[in-house]
Amino acid sequence: MIITQQKGIDEIYNMIKPYSKILIAGCDGCCQPPRSINEAKTLGQLLELKAKTEGKELTWKATTVLRQCDDRIAATSLRPLIQEYDAVVSLACGLGVVMLNKVFEDTLTFPAQESMCGGVQNIGENYFIEYCEECGDCILAQTGGVCPRAGCAKHLSNGPCGGMVDGMCEVGDYTHPCAWVDIWKRLKKFDRLDLFKKYRPPRDWRTSNSPAFITIYKDYTNVEEKEEEAKS
Amino acid sequence: MSNRPAYSNLMKKIKEGHFVFTGELEPKKILDMEEIIHSAKEMKKTKRIVSANVTDGPQGDAYMCSLVPSYLVQRDAEIEAVWQVTVRDRNRVALFGDVLGAAQLGIKNILTLTGDHTALGDHKKGRAVYDIDSTQFCQMLAIMIDEGTDLEGNELKGGKIEMNYGCVANPNSDPREPEILKVGRKVENGVDFIQTQTSFDIEQAKEFLKELEQFNVPVLLGVFPLKSYGIAWYFDNYIPGVSVPKDLLKALKKAEKDNKGDKKGKYAAIDKINIEFFEPFIKEIQKSTKAAGIHCMAVEYERLFEPLLSDFPQYVE
Repeated sequence: MIITQQKGIDEIYNMIKPYSKILIAGCDGCCQPPRSINEAKTLGQLLELKAKTEGKELTWKATTVLRQCDDRIAATSLRPLIQEYDAVVSLACGLGVVMLNKVFEDTLTFPAQESMCGGVQNIGENYFIEYCEECGDCILAQTGGVCPRAGCAKHLSNGPCGGMVDGMCEVGDYTHPCAWVDIWKRLKKFDRLDLFKKYRPPRDWRTSNSPAFITIYKDYTNVEEKEEEAKS
Repeated sequence: MSNRPAYSNLMKKIKEGHFVFTGELEPKKILDMEEIIHSAKEMKKTKRIVSANVTDGPQGDAYMCSLVPSYLVQRDAEIEAVWQVTVRDRNRVALFGDVLGAAQLGIKNILTLTGDHTALGDHKKGRAVYDIDSTQFCQMLAIMIDEGTDLEGNELKGGKIEMNYGCVANPNSDPREPEILKVGRKVENGVDFIQTQTSFDIEQAKEFLKELEQFNVPVLLGVFPLKSYGIAWYFDNYIPGVSVPKDLLKALKKAEKDNKGDKKGKYAAIDKINIEFFEPFIKEIQKSTKAAGIHCMAVEYERLFEPLLSDFPQYVE
């Protein structure tokens, strides 16, 4: 899931200040906490109130989209509405905002959210932990299933660092566990400290650098195989 | 111990079998070098401190870079520097370039560190780099020194760089085992020496040194003389994992109280407390462990060097 955190109302209002009719689009996709129709409606009411305090009239409509990051779903959901509005405020993650700007080239879409991170587990009602930063170079096989890239503030491949105290990390004032101590505990439990001792050479950051352009599927042909067979 | 030649005075003295001392200099937000050079000259005068560590943005604060002062203390105070380099602020390209530059400036020792995170420092909004970690930096140095190439195998024009490098180890770490295993990875990547974080607990220090013996690498145990009660209190409360003995804290507090208004008397009382604590501490380490020496982090406390070290032989020319 992707965790978003709503921006302050002043910041959102300043984005839409030049416009008098806005469409507020929630997203029913993977955003957590929910950013759907109810949240869109609440934001509309807040923006209207804010506009009134400045002596302005604001017309708004709240709606929601199954997944804003899917260009076809976004297009079919919002096309009937969008022409009536001066601008759109999206409650989706950054990807949804980019997608609406791409699909509806003639309308500006503004973000209402900070996109915090993906790859998280929701622990309790209001506490999320990032477990995967989608680095494109997975080393979980060496670390007992605990990721030092998402979990270590210094992204160390050969931790722990000297900032670990009683198994806790210096970043966050010793309230978060040190990922490398967790890795050590896990590997020790399975008698696999050989993996812990292993030196890991410098990481190839190309797999996680932005912008990423990825081709997952490649064309497949059996011609080369047949040629190989013929040779042998 | 690595088979690398001793390029630095520090490594030469260790290999000659001397019980060595290193000092520490901390360039902060400064425009002139007067105090740093003065402190370095005082170290040199003792003929017992062979090299001076120059810190690289401790606690994640934005301070003067460590390379230029390392060069200047070598030039103006004629004491060898241990150039401290963290991987917090520079990627592999910058680190490589800085090491080549340092070689030009005659730097002979590097201490590799991860570095306190920017989140701890005075520019908390800054992006921490950590492209490579300190173990990988050790590998980079091993390649530059022993093979004369960069991390990608491109040759250095003119041969190999001539330097020795060390890593740090923390006797206060809890749990201890992952710390020891991590040091093992650094030893595997060719470190010439180890300097440790400070310890005030003699038994803990001895135990830690014993565990490090397996690596057969010279270890300099860190000690931190306490210049004032304020520093001791700060250390006790704010330096993670380190606790200053309560008796020491009490004695320092009393010394300051008893000598209010008498600067000379206060200094004498504080120095006496430090000498009475650290002199037997160091002697015990020398006598009952295989430590190669002491890393004395008496930053801006140069008046203590002479009385604290007077019982130890002079071995530096």
